[in-house]
Amino acid sequence: MRHVISLLIENEAGALSRVSGLFSARGYNIESLTVAPTEDSSMSRMTIVTSGSDEIIEQITKQLNKLVEVIKVVDISESAHIERELMLVKVRASGKDREEMKRMAEIFRAHIIDVTESSYVIELTGNQRKLDAFVGAIEPELILETVRSGISGIGRGDRVLKL
Amino acid sequence: MVLTGAEIVIRCLQEEKVEYVFGYPGGAVLYIYDALFNQKQVRHVLVRHEQAAVHAADGFARSTETVGVALVTSGPGATNAVTGIATAYCDSIPLVIISGQVPTAAIGQDAFQEVDTVGITRPCVKHNFLVKDVHDIAATIKKAFHLAKTGRPGPVLVDIPKDVTMQKCAFQYPENVSMRSYNPVIKGHQGQIRKAVQLLLEAKRPMIYAGGGIVLSDAAEQLTKLTRLLGYPITTTLMGLGGYPASDRQYLGMPGMHGTYEANMSMHFSDVLLAVGSRFDDRVIGNPAHFAEEPRKIIHVDIDPSSISKRVKVDVPIVGDLKEVLDEMIRQLEAAPTRPDADALGAWWKQVEEWRRRDCMKFKNSDEIIKPQFVVQKLWEVTNGDAFVTSDVGQHQMWAAQYYRFDKPRRWLNSGGLGTMGVGLPYAMGAQLAHPGAPVACVTGEASIQMCIQELSTCKQFRLPIKIVNLNNRYLGMVRQWQELFHGERYSESYMDSLPDFAKLAEACGHVGLRIDKPSDVEGALREAFARKNDLVFLDFQVDQTENVYPMVQGGKGLTEMILSSEDL
Ligand SMILES: Cc1cc2nc3c(=O)[nH]c(=O)nc-3n(C[C@H](O)[C@H](O)[C@H](O)COP(=O)(O)OP(=O)(O)OC[C@H]3O[C@@H](n4cnc5c(N)ncnc54)[C@H](O)[C@@H]3O)c2cc1C
Ligand SMILES: Cc1ncc(C[n+]2csc(CCOP(=O)(O)OP(=O)(O)O)c2C)c(N)n1
Ligand SMILES: [Mg+2]
Repeated sequence: MRHVISLLIENEAGALSRVSGLFSARGYNIESLTVAPTEDSSMSRMTIVTSGSDEIIEQITKQLNKLVEVIKVVDISESAHIERELMLVKVRASGKDREEMKRMAEIFRAHIIDVTESSYVIELTGNQRKLDAFVGAIEPELILETVRSGISGIGRGDRVLKL
Repeated sequence: MVLTGAEIVIRCLQEEKVEYVFGYPGGAVLYIYDALFNQKQVRHVLVRHEQAAVHAADGFARSTETVGVALVTSGPGATNAVTGIATAYCDSIPLVIISGQVPTAAIGQDAFQEVDTVGITRPCVKHNFLVKDVHDIAATIKKAFHLAKTGRPGPVLVDIPKDVTMQKCAFQYPENVSMRSYNPVIKGHQGQIRKAVQLLLEAKRPMIYAGGGIVLSDAAEQLTKLTRLLGYPITTTLMGLGGYPASDRQYLGMPGMHGTYEANMSMHFSDVLLAVGSRFDDRVIGNPAHFAEEPRKIIHVDIDPSSISKRVKVDVPIVGDLKEVLDEMIRQLEAAPTRPDADALGAWWKQVEEWRRRDCMKFKNSDEIIKPQFVVQKLWEVTNGDAFVTSDVGQHQMWAAQYYRFDKPRRWLNSGGLGTMGVGLPYAMGAQLAHPGAPVACVTGEASIQMCIQELSTCKQFRLPIKIVNLNNRYLGMVRQWQELFHGERYSESYMDSLPDFAKLAEACGHVGLRIDKPSDVEGALREAFARKNDLVFLDFQVDQTENVYPMVQGGKGLTEMILSSEDL
């Protein structure tokens, strides 16, 4: 089963490698991992997308909690939550493709954020499925380059992950 | 008070009341050694290899209730220390390791004797630090000691670049530590404890399974009280030996791969199993699927939540410090209106005694050739069961664990989790320094002892009258046993030719060496050795080459599928 784990960690040098090292050393899956400082710059927040049986997920959260610099761990996928990912796509945009690309961006509520005579850079946020759908909807030979941020997640409603 | 970083390091150790630092100097720690030179309070033990420095600090910690301290230089000093650190990590031993690092400006430049010590040790420490500012040294060392000894103990490494040890700042040792990200649970959950006590009282076939956590938390007294109060059978793991008196009737010996028949059968067929400070290791429960076949309720007390329900599903998890939790259990039990079911317990004990009557630890002694088990039995007699016994890894380790009956905790020092050959002699050094005048024996094998044999020289310098009991079978015996049983008797590289004359080797280092060939000389040699209160005596016992360790649960098999002796094969 796929799980989205959010955690707060001290913003110290090496903190990221403690987390990523734990996953590789114990053979846990990482689908994606995002990290950046929070509004309180002494802390970072990570979102880790992983998968495994209930027992493995229980061990993952326990092992993460055991890391001395980890402040809080929550499996946000245990209840209602929102996931968003950012994708930048550079596409060929010349001739008839130029109009087609613009139309596609509109349909997906994406933004064109860089324009040259022959290309666009399109910015798109959404959940994984939406991003996949966008990539699937464009002719493969028109895609020059893509970059995805990995998922950031947050609980819906009153649930907050805070100190 | 303005001090250099190096002076601050030493002042911190003084504040922590550190008696001994085990170490080895080098370029990156020269200032620290200079600061050490100028004081008397913290004594330094100069080992002959950094691995032994960490093992000796570890042995010191295991035999006391204190944190062991080691000091090594950058690069090769730090890499030599890694085996020692990993060994302590696997058995949750509190250590602080201070390592020198190249100057801050040189980090990342492939400088002379530079390695990424923090990176290399990250997976085998509880935590580690790189101190880049002299102002952070005191607070970091304070944290290091706090982390090492609280919660689930473990080694903590503090890496300090050379320039930081030269810089100056005002020294003030923090009085306490507060870390928002680190707050181990100490008190167990009341409701869970109540549930546990209820289950224990209702049990028909109860069993207590205690581990290294009892020793680490110094809760042997509580465990003994609880066990006697309940009147239930108890087993202690290799790491928990001495956590409950081995001479007591309720004690069934060690469980697991080389555990007793009665301990394994009772674990397996219990209906309520109380696990305290033990972690259902694969060497203890064998095949987890086989273990799960028999229905039973498990209560598991551990300070580390990740130890619980890791390999075996637990019914009543209790996170907390054993001392606290056991005290609370005792309180609730004493207040409980009901007592254990006497009829059921009587029937259960009848069954347990039947298993015990198999006498699985019996062995055929001989008049011609020295049996290794016999040597350990005699060692136990000669020392009145009251020695500090260290061991290496192999058959001799198992015989020491099986035949030396420990009645007190912190008397048995060995590497259980990592199984590191070479720990025996440095552990004995640490134990002897911690307990001057106490009998300390290192039960070892001719292969293991050679892995840290250089420390014989350290023992001379520091006048450590350790008794080395070498069960010399001229084989990597444990490897040979597996090859005999599971690899068609193909003894690939498990025989060592050209062994040194250990008695002479000991003499060359300024010690006493004895070679013993006959069973009739065993006791006399041991008595002579322990009578020599001021000498290290190397007792080289020529033992039966083909003796195997039994009982044995083969890897992948279940606890009830034991080979009890060679006749079972
Ligand atoms: C050759 C060889 C053969 C072996 N054969 C056997 C065998 O037959 N039988 C056997 O038992 N072992 C055997 N071992 C050892 C085995 O590998 C494990 O090291 C050992 O079984 C683990 O012991 P333990 O379960 O007591 O846990 P430990 O490793 O001692 O762990 C201690 C537990 O206690 C917890 N703890 C620590 N402090 C506290 C506290 N204050 N409060 C609460 N909990 C705390 C920790 O979190 C941890 O979970 C063998 C090893 C070797 C090298
Ligand atoms: C550092 C290290 N290397 C290899 C091993 C694997 N190993 C386990 S027991 C053993 C043989 C030990 O021989 P010896 O010390 O003579 O003890 P014996 O089994 O003969 O009593 C070996 C090689 C180990 N545990 N540690
Ligand atoms: Mg041997």
